[in-house]
Amino acid sequence: MPPITPPALPSDDKRWKIVSGTMRRHGFARSALIETLHTVQSSFGYLDKNAIQFVARSLHVPLSQAYGVATFYHHFSLVQPGKHTITVCTGTACYIKGTEKLLGELEQKLHIKQGETTPDGNVSLMTARCVGACGRAPVTLADGELFGQVTSEQLQSELERWAIQ
Amino acid sequence: MNLEELQQIAASVHADNEQFDFEVNVCQGTGCLSQHSDQIMAQLIKVVAEKGAKVHVRKTGCMGLCAAGPLVLVEPENQLLQHVGVQHAESVITHLGKEPEKELQCNLREHFDQQVHVVLENSGRIDPERIDEYIARDGYEGLVKALTEMRPVDVVQQITESGLRGRGGGGYPTGLKWGMVAKAVSETKYVICNGDEGDPGAFMDRSVLESDPQRVIEGMAIAAYAVGASKGYVYVRAEYPLAVSRLTASLREARRRGFLGNNICGTPFNFDIEIRLGAGAFVCGEETALIASIEGQRGTPRVRPPYPAASGLWGKPTLINNVETFANVPPILRKGGAWFAAIGKGKSKGTKVFALTGKIKNTGLVEVPMGMKLRDIVEGIGGGVPDGRTFKAVQTGGPSGGCIPAELLDIEVSYESLVQAGSMMGSGGMIVMDDTSCMVNVAKFFMEFCMTESCGKCIPCRAGTVQMHELLSKICEGRASMDDLDLLIDLCGTVKEASLCGLGQTAPNPVLSTLRYFKQEYMDHIQNKRCSAGVCTMTHEGVTA
Repeated sequence: MPPITPPALPSDDKRWKIVSGTMRRHGFARSALIETLHTVQSSFGYLDKNAIQFVARSLHVPLSQAYGVATFYHHFSLVQPGKHTITVCTGTACYIKGTEKLLGELEQKLHIKQGETTPDGNVSLMTARCVGACGRAPVTLADGELFGQVTSEQLQSELERWAIQ
Repeated sequence: MNLEELQQIAASVHADNEQFDFEVNVCQGTGCLSQHSDQIMAQLIKVVAEKGAKVHVRKTGCMGLCAAGPLVLVEPENQLLQHVGVQHAESVITHLGKEPEKELQCNLREHFDQQVHVVLENSGRIDPERIDEYIARDGYEGLVKALTEMRPVDVVQQITESGLRGRGGGGYPTGLKWGMVAKAVSETKYVICNGDEGDPGAFMDRSVLESDPQRVIEGMAIAAYAVGASKGYVYVRAEYPLAVSRLTASLREARRRGFLGNNICGTPFNFDIEIRLGAGAFVCGEETALIASIEGQRGTPRVRPPYPAASGLWGKPTLINNVETFANVPPILRKGGAWFAAIGKGKSKGTKVFALTGKIKNTGLVEVPMGMKLRDIVEGIGGGVPDGRTFKAVQTGGPSGGCIPAELLDIEVSYESLVQAGSMMGSGGMIVMDDTSCMVNVAKFFMEFCMTESCGKCIPCRAGTVQMHELLSKICEGRASMDDLDLLIDLCGTVKEASLCGLGQTAPNPVLSTLRYFKQEYMDHIQNKRCSAGVCTMTHEGVTA
């Protein structure tokens, strides 16, 4: 068993204590890697190099493995997301109801591709593999809020609201 | 806890409900919540308080008919109200006991009458976060019965007798699986609930976890007793935050009532459950990949055997079943395996929950007895294709399944008949397509999915899906020749035969099934550079339909 003395927190940012708490709850077991990365992502919004290193060291996991896990799962993001995030569902039901067109329109309007953030850091355009609200397809999430049977006009007004804020 | 105490809890819940003249259930599933059903509920509570009416407003899970949401169910009349808005709250309460407003009435007899609810029996009728309401509807009777009256081998016997098969898609006999884990010799064993519902277009597991989480917990506890495990994990997608939070609350409730923890129901049986969040990898639905993910590693599958029943989580014997499979267990224990086996047809027993979506009127969740004709689901329960368009195909089994054309609508829904038709049961997504869908494009859509979701461990899947996607893109863009089509068919065979896990082995299915039934569309794209549905943009010659 690796010793249960974690390395010092990277900074006195309170969020590291939350991350450390998750690891402690799992007894600093190696298997807590994914759970811990979830905590980092929900606290910081993304996984930066510093965070992955800290988690790997704390859990005695090779850095290569931690990086491998962080890049394997789509849920984890290694770049800082924009202030607002618009997530277009690309599940089958949404695809059948024309989500591709919505996505194309958004890409054009924002001048970015899916998975990217506008240069001013205001809006990230993401896609999801089905959010399970297929009964209301096509679906998008605007800052986590679910919009069902969404139209391009609705998205346009949401984007305009964000542009002013 | 014994049966008597359970009955006491149930009686006190019933007594509480007796005080009210009416019960108003408001759907708080993901679908209706996105239409602000939480605000509707708050408004209903406010109106009830203002009027001093004896009405119990209850938060419930999914009522199934997402197309007509937000939904409200009035009991004891069993009257379903559709498209309820905040502005209707006053009218809903004043019309209790009378006929509701015309525009709110939802009387889709053909949608509900043909359904048989086993898994969904409590969905939309209980508050998912109140364990006592579950108990009041015979919840935990199965577990208490198993622990106090049955030996583990009797429990396995009941499950075997029921004929229940894996609801995640594979259809492996559940009793057989339980028996194998039960026979495995080990101090430590695990029970895992697979809630990694990655199949796009399917949301049965999300709905069950949101609407009736105690049922899954009870099913897992019964399974743990039967196989001799004392630790369980529920692996849920992180994309389902509501399901995760309701499950977390329910685990706490179950511990409080003594259905989880040590010496459950005063017996030596110990069992507890932890939640593990998925992180968005479709391949983690494969059991060995899911186990790797729980162990904190990349979700890559490994060669079987050894099967998880012999060597699973941390090398220990592990029982792994889908959410819906576990949800079927409590009623089987309560009513007996023979009762369950009487539902369904042939080798497919019981019911199946389907997520009916796409180009269909009544989108939502339906539960039907196995052996029902596909036509009755699509045209009867689903209400057919809207907007006067014509039905083209129904896709089942997600990226591993296939498209079933109109001429095969009369087949019965069972594990065998769907495989025979070139598709599969899958986890239960059922996506209806009309004549505006291009089948080649659909095949490309699924191939793109498999390509990005391939874990990269084995070459046939990693490289094969990329090549197949490229060939399909060529066809869709009108750049392909007949040689490309031959190569595509050839690759389908290779990837199917040589891939390591289910993802690769079934990735060619959407191509093969569309080729089988809609070959003319492929030919149109290749020879005439024409997409009859008008979906694909041809780069060559610039001709679209």
